[in-house]
Amino acid sequence: MAEKFDSIVVGAGPAGIASAYTMAKAGLNVLVLERGERPGAKNMFGGVIFRHQTEQFAPDFWKTAPIERHVVEYQYWFLSRDSHTLLSHRNQRFNSRYNAFTVHRAKFDPWFAKLAEDAGAVIINRTTADDVLKENGKVRGVRTERGDVLADVVIAADGVNAMLSKQAGLRGELRPEAAVLAVKEVIALPRQKIEERFNLGPDEGIAAMVIGWGPGMHAGFMYTNRDTLSIGIGINMRDLDKSGERPNALLEEFKSHPSMAPLIQDGELKEYAAHLIPEGGYDYVGRIYTDGMLVVGDAAMLVNAINWEGTNLAMTSGKIAGETVIKAKKAGDFSSRTLFKYRQRLEESYVMKDLRKYREIPGFFSSNPHFFTLYPEILNELVYIWHEVGNETKDEKIKRLKSTLFKRRSRLGLLRDLYHLWRLFS
Amino acid sequence: MTAQRVLAIEDKLYRDRYRVDEDSHLWVKHPDMCLKCPFNFVCIRVCPTDVYKWEENKITTTYDACVECGACRIACYNVGWKNPRGGFGISYKYG
Repeated sequence: MAEKFDSIVVGAGPAGIASAYTMAKAGLNVLVLERGERPGAKNMFGGVIFRHQTEQFAPDFWKTAPIERHVVEYQYWFLSRDSHTLLSHRNQRFNSRYNAFTVHRAKFDPWFAKLAEDAGAVIINRTTADDVLKENGKVRGVRTERGDVLADVVIAADGVNAMLSKQAGLRGELRPEAAVLAVKEVIALPRQKIEERFNLGPDEGIAAMVIGWGPGMHAGFMYTNRDTLSIGIGINMRDLDKSGERPNALLEEFKSHPSMAPLIQDGELKEYAAHLIPEGGYDYVGRIYTDGMLVVGDAAMLVNAINWEGTNLAMTSGKIAGETVIKAKKAGDFSSRTLFKYRQRLEESYVMKDLRKYREIPGFFSSNPHFFTLYPEILNELVYIWHEVGNETKDEKIKRLKSTLFKRRSRLGLLRDLYHLWRLFS
Repeated sequence: MTAQRVLAIEDKLYRDRYRVDEDSHLWVKHPDMCLKCPFNFVCIRVCPTDVYKWEENKITTTYDACVECGACRIACYNVGWKNPRGGFGISYKYG
């Protein structure tokens, strides 16, 4: 006879642990299955974790959690072949009230998982849940290589590839246009060097987004850790296929750009990593609840690609899923009749509201890649002309600026782009 | 971009930590289809760790280099892909 739990959580990432913690804290009998050697072993991101969502599980967590640096500055780089224009925002308020932290997932995730363990959840590593067990169409547990385990509710926090959610018939295949391939390196540099290069205090960090260097819909990113940098690229899978470029070659091209290379110079490569990001948005979320099962985090495609948010959506979805299971247990009903409240509450929260607001944006940028390729080039050209000094009068310069702009993008095209941007965000 | 500045995959992967299983978690579902690949060998092109190669009229998989991103899996339906057994595969030290 297989062992039975109130809930089995598949995957010990931020979403899974948030749900496990929530349920264990309420006294439920919770089992977490993690396929890696330990939580975080399979996880990487080009990103941050957020104070607001994380402190709901551990107040003042930054005092004890393995965080790298708190973000005090957000940088937006617009590259062209030989130049960049940089928009940067640093704010002392990020020092008095932390907003986000850079972390190494292989260190942060085990710490986060420990919270759930301390709350009473059982975490078993090195265990892949290969299939869901069903009875009369209802999910009743999971099959692992170590045997079957039963539960009233299975929470699939199985990440972007979501093999279990798919087994359960809850999710279709991730479509190339809705997926971004991220390739990243962790590069070691002495702590002081990082602080000098980025003009940072001891625990301060930057988060940088970079566009304008590659094919189609793409972005580069850079984050400062304590004594490493995380640098990488993300490219839409369909655009990657169309471009014929290789991921590693694109990353190398990005790293060797004259504006990027000095930042990583003399650094030592520590790790090379790749991961998919589900960036299709609202219309790709699909079914995330069924009889005896809920889907959370990346597996549910809960990523806000515009504001570069993911770990917060993961934690919030996990928390709501956990609370839904607690209610279901009180009601003694684990069918979709009670579990649909997970979706309902998610729709009422910032998670789905934000995704709904942005629902047309991924598709729009996908069919209008010139926002990522042409505009950064034009911007750099115009800024260059503005600063270049010769015998030219300013009247002539302004004429040249205008003609440079309209040669690259017609007046009508510019108006169209502005109008679309306005409509997308308002 | 000069050639020597570009780090090849092999130079990078030895930094990563793996626990390699005896059996592959990747396979080609219908090897015959690869002979007339309609996708211009998208598996080879999108893989960030050079797992796929075209050798002697078939696709070979060096599964021990796989970081389990899933790019090949969503790019081509002829790619068979399952999670490695628990505890095996990539094990990030940083992530």
